[in-house]
Formats: sequence, C-alpha cells, structure tokens
Amino acid sequence: MIELRAITKAFNQGQHNEFWALDGIDLTVEARRVTALTGPSGSGKTTLLTVLGCLARPTSGRVSLKGEDISGLPERFLTEIRRRSFGFVFQQFNLIRGLSALENVMLPAYPLGPEFGALRLRAEALLARLHLAHRREARVEWLSGGEQQRVAIARALINDPEVVIADEPTANLDTALSRQFLAILEELSAEGRTVLLTSHDPLVVESTAVHRVVSMRDGRLVAA
Amino acid sequence: MTRWIARQRYLIDYALASAARRRTRNIGLLLVYALLVFVLASVMLFSLALRHEATAVLRHSPEVILQRMVAGRHDLIPPGYAERIGRIRGVQKQAGRLWGYYYDPVMKANFTFMVPPDGGIERRSIAVGPALARERGLDENTGISFRAYSGKLFAFTVGAVLPQDSELVSADLVLMHEDDFRAFFEYPAGHWTDIALSVANPQEVRNVAAKLAAALPDSRPILREEVLRTYASIFDWREGIVLTVLSGALLAFAILAWEKASGLSADEKREIGILKAIGWETSDVLKMKAWEGTLLSLSAFLAGYVAAWLHVFHFDAGLFAPVLKGWAVLYPRFDLTPAVDGLTLATLFFFTVFPYTAAVLVPVWRAAITDPDAVMRA
Repeated sequence: MIELRAITKAFNQGQHNEFWALDGIDLTVEARRVTALTGPSGSGKTTLLTVLGCLARPTSGRVSLKGEDISGLPERFLTEIRRRSFGFVFQQFNLIRGLSALENVMLPAYPLGPEFGALRLRAEALLARLHLAHRREARVEWLSGGEQQRVAIARALINDPEVVIADEPTANLDTALSRQFLAILEELSAEGRTVLLTSHDPLVVESTAVHRVVSMRDGRLVAA
Repeated sequence: MTRWIARQRYLIDYALASAARRRTRNIGLLLVYALLVFVLASVMLFSLALRHEATAVLRHSPEVILQRMVAGRHDLIPPGYAERIGRIRGVQKQAGRLWGYYYDPVMKANFTFMVPPDGGIERRSIAVGPALARERGLDENTGISFRAYSGKLFAFTVGAVLPQDSELVSADLVLMHEDDFRAFFEYPAGHWTDIALSVANPQEVRNVAAKLAAALPDSRPILREEVLRTYASIFDWREGIVLTVLSGALLAFAILAWEKASGLSADEKREIGILKAIGWETSDVLKMKAWEGTLLSLSAFLAGYVAAWLHVFHFDAGLFAPVLKGWAVLYPRFDLTPAVDGLTLATLFFFTVFPYTAAVLVPVWRAAITDPDAVMRA
C-alpha cells in the first residue's frame, strides 16, 4: 500500500546542528494490516511515521501510495491525500481545547464542506461506537485521558481513511486503557483499515493485534 | 457553489467558536477598535454634516457679492456703482444690501444688523435671531434699545423671533427697516454695504466676476463657491485640529490593537499546527483567520460607526462640538441633518477593517506554512 525507497530525512541541513533522522529506509507497508514501528527514543520512529503519513517530505528518496509516486507533489495535493487517506492519533492527542468532543471529531471534515446533518450523524455514530455518546457535548479538557484518546480516534476516522496512524498511542494510558486501545485496533483492522503505529510499549508490540513489528535504531531499520 | 458556501459556513462557525474561546482578549480588542472608529467617525460625520448644512444654507445666497475696498479694507458702495454693474452681460439681478455689526455691551457679544432684501419689517420694529432672543429674554412685542456708535439711543419693539431652523445662520441676527438702519449707523442715502448679484448661468459666474473686477477695479467680487470653499476649509481645519490632538491617543489605541491582533499565543500556534495535521490546508487556516479578523473588525466598525452616528445626530456631538463648531457668545442651537459620504465611509472602513485583518493574517500565515509534522514533536 505504501512503499518507501531509499528514504532519508535531515533536520537543519547545512547547519552546524545538522541531524539525519532517517538514513536510507526501504519499507513496504501492507494494506489492511497493523504495523508497529519500534525502537529506542531518537531512533527515527516518529519521523518515519510523519513521512509515511504525508505530514513531512523526505530529504531524498521516493514515497509511493498505492503505486503512485507522491514524493514530488506540492503541499496542496499532499494535504488532500492526507485528508482523504490518513487519520492521525497523536501522542498528546492534540485535541482543540474549548471545543466539545463532537466538534473536535467533526473538525477534519470542515474543509470538505459536507452536509452538516450527515456529518454530525457520522461523528455521533463514531463517538457512540467508542462508547462516548454520553460525553459528546463535553469540552475535551473535561475528559479523562482514555476518553480524550477515543475522541482522537473518532476524529481520525471521521473522513473514513484507509490508513490510521498512531504515534505512541499508549504512552499516556494505564494498562487497562492500553488494552482497550488494542481492542479498538483489532476492530479497525477487522474492518479493513491499515494501521501504522509507533510504540516501545511491550504490551502493544507483543500484542496479537499487531501483525508486523519494524524495529529501528539510529534512523535505520534493524529488521523488517 | 453550494459546497463552497458550506465550506465558508464551517470556517465561519469555527472562527466564531475560536473567537469565543478567547473571549476576554477579543472583547478588549473589539472595544478598543470600536472606540477608535467611534472617535474618527464622530469627527468625520460631524464635519461632513456641518459642511452640508453650510451648503444648504448658502444654496439660496447670491452667486456674487460685490464689496468695495479702500486701502485694502471693506468700505461702503457709493451711488452709481449699481448702474455700472447693470451694463455687464450675464447679470440677471442686482440689489444693494445693508448690514453691519453692533457690539452689545450688555451681552458682550456682536450682533449682525441687517435690512432684509424684501423689506417686510416695519419702522421701529425688529426681528431677532433665536439665540439672541433667548439670551436677552426677548419675545414678540418686547421692547429693546440699542445705543448707536454715535451715542444716540434707539428703541425698538420685537416684531418677530426668527424661526429655530435657521439658527445656524441667524443666531445673532437683527433685521430692521432700511430707514432705521441708515439712521442707526448714519449711512448716507444711496450708499450700500455691498451689492448682491444674481447670475443665471453658473458657467458665467467666473466671467462676470472677471468683468466686475475690470469695470470696478476698487471692488472685490466674492463668489458663492468661494464662500463654500472657505467654510469647507474651516471645517477641514477644525477637523484636522481635533484629529491632531487625538492622534496620540488614537495611535496608542491602534498600536495596542495591532499588537494584540498580530501576536499569536503558543496556544494559537499549536491549534494551527493541529488543524494542518488533521488535514486543513494553509489556505483553509488563512481563510478561517481572515473570517475571524473580518467578523471582529466589522463588528467593531459597525458598533463604532453606529455609536458615532448616535453621538453626532442624537446627542449633538457633545464630545467634539465645542471645537468643531467654533466658539461664540451667542451659540447657535441647531439639529444637524444626517449626511453620509460614501468616500469617507469607505476610507474609514479601509483604514480600520483592512489593517486589522492584515495584522491577524501575517502571523497566522507564518504559523500556517510550517510543516504539519511539527505538531508530532510538540
């Protein structure tokens, strides 16, 4: 589904603090599977995830999505691809404070201009599916960590993406909530979505919900 | 098109929610901006209304007034001038006028004594302006006496008080019979203060003035359009004075508003990063912020303008009237007719709404062009 060829990514290139976060990555991410990127801090997991999710461009190398090379596309088209194909669940959840759970879930769809009633129904259905129907009007800062993560998952699913990307999804959750998250992962995979995540939590990496683990160190793949 | 409208509605909806979340800051900004617009619009509306009033008042005044000059000062028109003017082509009608100033030691104010062109005032009777009547406690059939510059005392009966709606020009006016006027000021028969000329064709006014200047070299033709221009200059000058005095405060307010508008908090930057990461384009973020800026500055503009309108036309511009109207012992009371000039309105709109929106957009644009992956590293 997503294919990376000789990907490198440098930060502060040409400056005294130049840093190569990715150094020649070749990787194929299979569709409808859960792939976990793992490795120590600073190994390049999150950077690789941003390249895979079209949030960042590689310094060199090629990214193909369903056989189409998207590395050279202008930002506008990348955004369009990101909006339609990817849903993101961030480590800090990155919900917009002051808005309700429902409004947060609906946000990614705003630039597409869908019919409001239909959008609201879709958002409510997603929250209900994640057992948050009763909290839909609550402002997100009033929600617990687990509830916030489920709102973030609902938001990631609002545009019905093929790929869900999650960065360290269990870093802020206790064991019970982490297991709850893994159950959601299995559901997503069962309905045919591709899931990509980073984690160094053994609970996630060793879970049966994860189909493939890619290990990284110093910006390179250790085993794929 | 429907989709475009739906998108704008979503963006406006989000912009409003975003503004509401920073309520204190935005209400503060709104008040400062509305105050700025209020001050500027009050001065502009008031000056414009005064100019309109002056134009309306002078609409029926003669096209040309001829005054005689002696040693650079205004002097009486001697007999024979009227006949010489009568031969100038283009002059439709001419009439000698009698008017002069009288200093009243009781009120310590100057009155304008005048003989109305159509007569209508009986001997020993006068018609007085409303401000004068008010200040001296005069009414119909009240008696009043004035001591002439010769020392003689003249007694008059008030025949009428001039109507209130003419107060802007008649506040200090005393209308009297020609014989009384000539006796009071000891004007010799056949002499006039000046001559009013009617010129039928407006295109001809300047030619007539040139011919008058050539035929009567010791005289000075004053054109109505020049009087109007002078009034406009006076009001412009006063408007300038007020704005200069207020400019320090206005600038301070403007800087405060600009600083508030252009500064992005860490929270706002984070929010922009999130929006980009979840699929908003840079242009979506800019449009949303443009809506937010426009809605805020437009509300401030409307609130400020409406408040200025009420201040000027319903509360007699209490804050600026003394400077803008000028000062007088016999202060005229009058209601201004509301007047709006499209260009003034557009200028004010441009200088308030546009800079604010720009002030909001520049830092947002800077934040919005950063890579969306920044949010992953926050």
